[in-house]
Amino acid sequence: MADLMKVTIDGITVEVAPGTSILNAARQIGGDIVPPAMCYYSKLEGSGGKCRTCIVKVSKGSEKDPRPMPKLVASCRTTVMDGMEVQNITSPEVLEARSGVVEMLLINHPLDCPVCDQAGECDLQNLGYEHGLQKTRYEFERRTFDRIDIGDKIQLHMNRCILCYRCVFTADQITNKRVHGILNRGDHSEISTYIQTAVDNDFSGNVIDVCPVGALTDKTFRFKNRVWFTKPVDAHRNCDHEKCNGQVTLWYKGADVLRVTARKDQFGEVESFICNTCRFEKKATSDWNIEQPTHIPDTSVIASNHYETFKPLPVIMENLALQKANQVELEKTSKF
Amino acid sequence: MGRKLLLEHINVPGINTLEVYRQKGGYRAVEKALKTLTPDEVVEEVKKSGLRGRGGAGFPTGMKWSFLAKPEGVARYLVCNADESEPGTFKDRYLMTYIPHALIEGMIVSSFALGANTSYIYVRGEMMPQIRILEKAIAEAKAAGFLGKNILGSGYDLELYVQSGGGAYICGEETALLESLEGKRGNPRIKPPFPAIAGLYGCPTVVNNVESIAAVVPIINDGGDEYAKVGIGRSTGTKLISASGNLVKPGVYEIELGLPVEEFIYSDEYCGGIANGKRLKATVAGGSSVPILPANLTLKYANGEPRLMSYESLAEGGFATGTMMGSGGFIAFDEDQCIVRNTWNFSRFYHHESCGQCSPCREGTGWLEKVLHRLEFGHGKMSDIDLLVDVSKKIEGNTICPLGDAAAWPVASAIRHFRDEFEWHVKEPSKSQTSNYGLANYANPIEKKEEEVKQDNS
Repeated sequence: MADLMKVTIDGITVEVAPGTSILNAARQIGGDIVPPAMCYYSKLEGSGGKCRTCIVKVSKGSEKDPRPMPKLVASCRTTVMDGMEVQNITSPEVLEARSGVVEMLLINHPLDCPVCDQAGECDLQNLGYEHGLQKTRYEFERRTFDRIDIGDKIQLHMNRCILCYRCVFTADQITNKRVHGILNRGDHSEISTYIQTAVDNDFSGNVIDVCPVGALTDKTFRFKNRVWFTKPVDAHRNCDHEKCNGQVTLWYKGADVLRVTARKDQFGEVESFICNTCRFEKKATSDWNIEQPTHIPDTSVIASNHYETFKPLPVIMENLALQKANQVELEKTSKF
Repeated sequence: MGRKLLLEHINVPGINTLEVYRQKGGYRAVEKALKTLTPDEVVEEVKKSGLRGRGGAGFPTGMKWSFLAKPEGVARYLVCNADESEPGTFKDRYLMTYIPHALIEGMIVSSFALGANTSYIYVRGEMMPQIRILEKAIAEAKAAGFLGKNILGSGYDLELYVQSGGGAYICGEETALLESLEGKRGNPRIKPPFPAIAGLYGCPTVVNNVESIAAVVPIINDGGDEYAKVGIGRSTGTKLISASGNLVKPGVYEIELGLPVEEFIYSDEYCGGIANGKRLKATVAGGSSVPILPANLTLKYANGEPRLMSYESLAEGGFATGTMMGSGGFIAFDEDQCIVRNTWNFSRFYHHESCGQCSPCREGTGWLEKVLHRLEFGHGKMSDIDLLVDVSKKIEGNTICPLGDAAAWPVASAIRHFRDEFEWHVKEPSKSQTSNYGLANYANPIEKKEEEVKQDNS
């Protein structure tokens, strides 16, 4: 292996292989300094660079050429140099620009989270909470499109789309023929299959998983439930499709499997793409071998109903009366 | 009378044919380069000439050529960017229409210098007549042995193709142009890698403007040092300026760089002053994407020295009091013109032409246009003006390609210099629909330096 490169992100130094992007270097460190990414997807070649939410400041170009980069750069498409110093959350300039990008992403977004199936696991929603304004400065009508059915299992809700191009790359790289692309230009550009029934492919359902917002939704799950009322469980089956390993997450409500998705890692990216049979047709517990409850980070709203452990406030530990009142919960915490 | 290098024979009847063009000394540069010079010597001449890219950015052409990667066994390409679509710029179309062989000759010499055996001229889709003219000129040159296999017995092969675009402004951005040339959607690529490393079909590619390529001809004919004597400082040679707007004689002019702006506007050799006896209010000096300047700052720097037509002089004062050479689309506005309306019109263009790839430009250009529309038609609010400044700041510098900057700069500069006119549109909504704000103080002599500084801070 070639020499490792030393890169410092927000004061934390990490050594990474040459050719690594700043974003992936930050992901190796983890935590708050990882820039958010709406369009970059490590499993899709050529993705990234478009949404501009991952912009960072390069305050020192490299050991050899210490000049800072003149503009903020997209961390997902900028490769690290030895000795590079990057500022993400420590730079007010970056945070300012990022909140600008979030504002731009939201001005034409319908903000229909209350009726959107993606709510609760939506990257744009998370980004909006962290960087968005309480009140919009946009006082015009938002652009609207008609909903389009892409095949009988997927619905495209173009109003919510942020044009990350992930689904286009998925259709291009995962499925064997691309019948899916972008029409038009500028803020009237739209994802389209042109002929609505054209997406017919064993892997087409993956466009739902890669979509960072609620633009592409699973029609078999539409309006069935809110994600935070469902219980995710890792499971697998012996899928006979050569490219599908059958490793999925099942989303339960009571005893029913409401939907099946690919397993996602901590950055919201799927571990491996799954076929449409696993996704849309196997919705009985008997089809699957259950492994374990899916790990959900406790910052996610999905965790709020099922996995939250009781964290007693300091005042409870000091007050006997309160300890008695919370006895059941306190016993639970000591049991684990 | 300024020196003419490109348009010297423009008025000769039949100069668009090979025969007349050769009588006037055409294709001398091809003979000289292919027979007596090596490719590296041609590049060296262009470097010595100090020629700067005429498409807008002003990057030294010789330097760009020397960055071209030359791996063994990989084809290299020269692509001529004739997707001229900047509002206010029409010099390339003029050149291609009237003297197409200047471009063909430049293409042959430049391709030879870069070692490209296939070169393309990417012409904007609307320029159908020019495409026909170029194709005819290529056929003539090929019949005369200047194109094809073993040109002039030198052993050098070159095929030249004209490709029509679809008429998108964004395809004038070099990487979007290459995508379009490959037959894909014209979205700019994310750089790096730059085209000099991986351009057309992943091969090393140079993309040059029509005028830059045509300027290689006089450089080779007379030598780079001779060319460098024309012009001023680092702005060498001559430049085609597309003059439009309220001028007595709008049109394409070839100027020696370093000509005073005042002389360019008012002398009879060039634009002949402002039409209908009006007074100058503002200019856009380099095509719609450069900052607009009021009349007083157009003619003079903030310190009172005269401004010249050159890359450095137009940029003097930075964004606060300067503008840019750009592609040489010189638009003059007289006292009756409304700056708010013009800014809205430019924004409308950028909104329409944004490719929609990256978020700030896709959403922001539309936002700017809508707010400006509201201001222009008398429904604006005072807070809109600061909103425009803020939105343009959020777009600027945060996009993949320079279109975001190009959309933000005209808005930011119009508000910087013409804020009172924007405010007037808010305060007098009905009056602004029927009458003009007029010249106001935009042509007044520039105040003393101390006051200038104070104004910048406010």
